[in-house]
Formats: sequence, C-alpha cells, structure tokens
Amino acid sequence: MEIAVDTESREFWDGVAAGELRIQRCEACGHAVFYPRALCPSCHCDRLVWIVASGRGEVYSYTVAHRAFGEFATEAPFTVALVDLDEGVRMLTRIVGGTVAIGDRVELEFATAAGNQLPCFRPVA
Amino acid sequence: MSRRAGIVGVAESDLGKTPHLTVLSQQATASVAALAEAGLGFADVDGLFTAGGWSWSPAIALAEYLGIQPKHLDGTNIGGSSFEAHVGHAVAAIEAGLIDVALIAYGSTQRTDRSRNQPRPATLAEQYERPYGLPTPVGAYALAANRYMYEHGVTSEQMAEVAVSARDWAALNPKAYYRDPITVDDVLASEMICEPLHKLDCCLVTDGGGAVVLAAEDRWPDVAARPVVVLGHGETTTHNGIAQMPDLTVTGAARSGPAAMTMAGVSHTDFDVVEIYDSFTITVLLTLESLGFCKPGEAGDFVRAGRTGPGGEFPMNTNGGGLSYTHPGMYGIFLLIEATRQLRGDFAGARQVTDAELALVHGTGGVLSSTSTVVLGRG
Ligand SMILES: [Zn+2]
Repeated sequence: MEIAVDTESREFWDGVAAGELRIQRCEACGHAVFYPRALCPSCHCDRLVWIVASGRGEVYSYTVAHRAFGEFATEAPFTVALVDLDEGVRMLTRIVGGTVAIGDRVELEFATAAGNQLPCFRPVA
Repeated sequence: MSRRAGIVGVAESDLGKTPHLTVLSQQATASVAALAEAGLGFADVDGLFTAGGWSWSPAIALAEYLGIQPKHLDGTNIGGSSFEAHVGHAVAAIEAGLIDVALIAYGSTQRTDRSRNQPRPATLAEQYERPYGLPTPVGAYALAANRYMYEHGVTSEQMAEVAVSARDWAALNPKAYYRDPITVDDVLASEMICEPLHKLDCCLVTDGGGAVVLAAEDRWPDVAARPVVVLGHGETTTHNGIAQMPDLTVTGAARSGPAAMTMAGVSHTDFDVVEIYDSFTITVLLTLESLGFCKPGEAGDFVRAGRTGPGGEFPMNTNGGGLSYTHPGMYGIFLLIEATRQLRGDFAGARQVTDAELALVHGTGGVLSSTSTVVLGRG
C-alpha cells in the first residue's frame, strides 16, 4: 500500500525507518498525542514536541482478520489490535510473534505488512 | 411557535442488484416516486440534500441531473447516518422559513460496481491505520465487539439474536434481499470474517437508492400523503478512525439520542417502533445501550428470544434491516422510509406494528464514528 507521507507525518515515518516509535507530547498540558498533528487535541495549544515512545503498552482490543482485501488478502489470517501505549495514547497496530488477549502487555517490534515497515507489537514473554 | 416539518413522501428505487441503473437514475426514480406520493413535483423542491462518494459534489451533480436549481443545498456526508442529519438540517431550514419543501436522496451501485476497497494511497490520518490491512468497516466493528464482550460477558449467541430477528422481519418484506429464516446456530456457523463477527453478523452489500420528501406545515393541506411529523433530532461525532474512539462500547448515540428525545419531549417507553442502523449485529447492541434503552452490558438480554422480532414487545428494524433487507453502503435513508411507512400504517398483517404512533430512527456512520437520531410521530 502506498503511504502518502506528508509534512506532519514525516517525523513519524523517519522514526520507523530508524527503528523508533515517535509520538508527540504537549508542552502545555503534558498529554501525549498520536497521530501527529499541529495542535493538541486536549488543550488546543500548538506547543507539541516529538518524543520516542517506550514501545510498551497494553492490548485494549484486537481482532483476527480471516478475510482481508487487496494486497492484504494473502496475509490473512492476521491479528490487528488497538494498543494503549504507556505514554497514554492508543494506536492501531498488528500483533506479531504470538497471540494476545485483551489486557495483555505487549512491546514494540517492527514488521512488514503489504510492503511497508510498520510499528507492530509482540506479546511480552 | 415555528412551523413544523413533516415527511410527506418516501420511496425506494430498485434494490439488490441493479446493473440497469446508475447512482443518478436510482435517485431520480426514487425522487419521482416520493414526490408523487406527496402529490408534489420537482418545481416544489427548494432544498436538495444528498450524500455519496460518487462525485466531488453530489448535491450539485444531482441537481443538474434532476433539472432543478434549488435555493438550499446540503451535501453533508457523515456516512450512513447522513440522511438522519439531513432531516435535522431540513427541519431547521423549514423552521427558519428558508425553504418549504426538501428532497433527500441517495443512490448506490456498489454491488454491481464491486467498488468497495479499491486500491488508493493512505493519506492524512489514514496512514496510521490503513497500512495494517484491517478490513473496513467490519474490522473496526469487530474490535468494538471484542472489547464489548470482554467488558460485559456478552456472547456471540446473544449478538446473533439481532440477525435472527432481522431475518424474521425480512421474511415479511417482499423487497428484502434474504427472506429465508435463520437460527442463532446458522449465524455462528457462518464464515468467520473478523473475530468475533461472522458473515451473518454483517450487513449485506447491495445496490439501491431512496428518497424522502419533507414539507412545511403550511403545505400539508395540499399534500396527498398523511404527514409524519419530525418531533426531534440530534447528531454528533466521536471520532473518525477506530483508534481514536474514546470508548469502544459507547457511541455518539449517548448524545444524539437524548438531544432528539428531549427536543421531542418523549422518553424511551413512549416508542412504538424503533429503526436502528444495523451495519453489524454489534452496532445494534451498542446503540441500544448508548441510547439508554437498557444499561451497559444488558443489550444482549434486551434482544433475547425474538423480543425485537415480529410480534415481539420491542419491534425493531421492521423491514429486515441492513442485515437482511438491503444495504447499499449508506443505509440511513431506508430507516426513515420504513419508520414513515410504519407510522402511516401502510402495511397489512404482521408486517405492520399495531397502532404505531411514535418512532425512533437512529443512524450510525463510518466506524461507529457519527450518529444522528430522529424522533417521528404520526401526523
Ligand atoms: Zn495540550
């Protein structure tokens, strides 16, 4: 899948290339922010700085996709999850290297889906 | 007191597979039929409302095709709930004296086109979700369903009851796509699409279109059909991408529902018939709870054993719903059409809810992203 990297997302994707999960933090209210944007969705100030996330979090929900579309069809079945990062933001991701249940601890592991290197998560051993 | 607005005509175009129709001809045929029901013509239409992804501006494209130049245009697109929002916007415009007659239309040829999920780049906020390959929208609803079952212990069997009752209603509707009865076991035995949602937990993929005509109160003496009065409406959004939904078990219905009911001056026990967007079985359970018809975690019990089916104490989705009747991508207009017909008493036998005087119509759009609620009363 083609990803249309833009001026707001470049830092995030540069981080992925460097093996880091980069998110933002609001200097005014302290909230972590993901996905990257020009204002804090909590306090609406624009003083956002980039930080490197710890890469640890917890599964908020997940699903195993048995059927997928287009270039993802041959990858099914695969597990997509919503992970709450310890920094306090939620991201959509894939689970690799095992199965998970809701509430499980997971940690960052980069993996490929449809030709893109993506931040994914594996169960904590 | 401002003048009221009422639905004075409704119609579907051909449904199911319609290779002989375009999205425009669907809307034209439905509009002609809905206006005819009202005893009105295109010259009476001064407000046009539509939503779709088939043009950069569906509202002006449709106006041109229909040969009208309305003075009020609304192309609000908030997904499948757009048409309930259009009703709210049309009522506001009628109350304000901006327009007298509103035409709301929708058309889709998604089944014939096989147009869902065509390849395109992931742009803006999509680039943090779409590259993971979650099938949309089903995968997002599956994430909500798994979380909901985890928090409340609701089972797939309980969720399946929604599909079973929908099919029981569809059996009474000659226009329904699937009419053969199904059981809870059939739902559980159908193909697993995205855990925990099976094929029969998911809405249909059909073609189809529809139209709804609203008129200001002072035009009602001229119209042919018995008006159905819009008593209240509310709309909201909670998120766009599923990762940004604050709580996977609470939808915007928790705001749009009370807004509509407060405006109408009615409460939950007043409704005779309820039409709730059933993109997936989980959508209905979450919506019933968020609207306040039951407490969190109780919707599985609420829909048990045909309570929402024909003859049940809570008649819901009385045309067979998106699960069994039709689902051309954005289903919301069909909720309005069905509720109007029920309140007019159009049907015979078990298909008609006895003495239906008050209806709740609730649309959900995107991936549980937007909701809009309309309260309708027999005129
Ligand atoms: Zn802030």
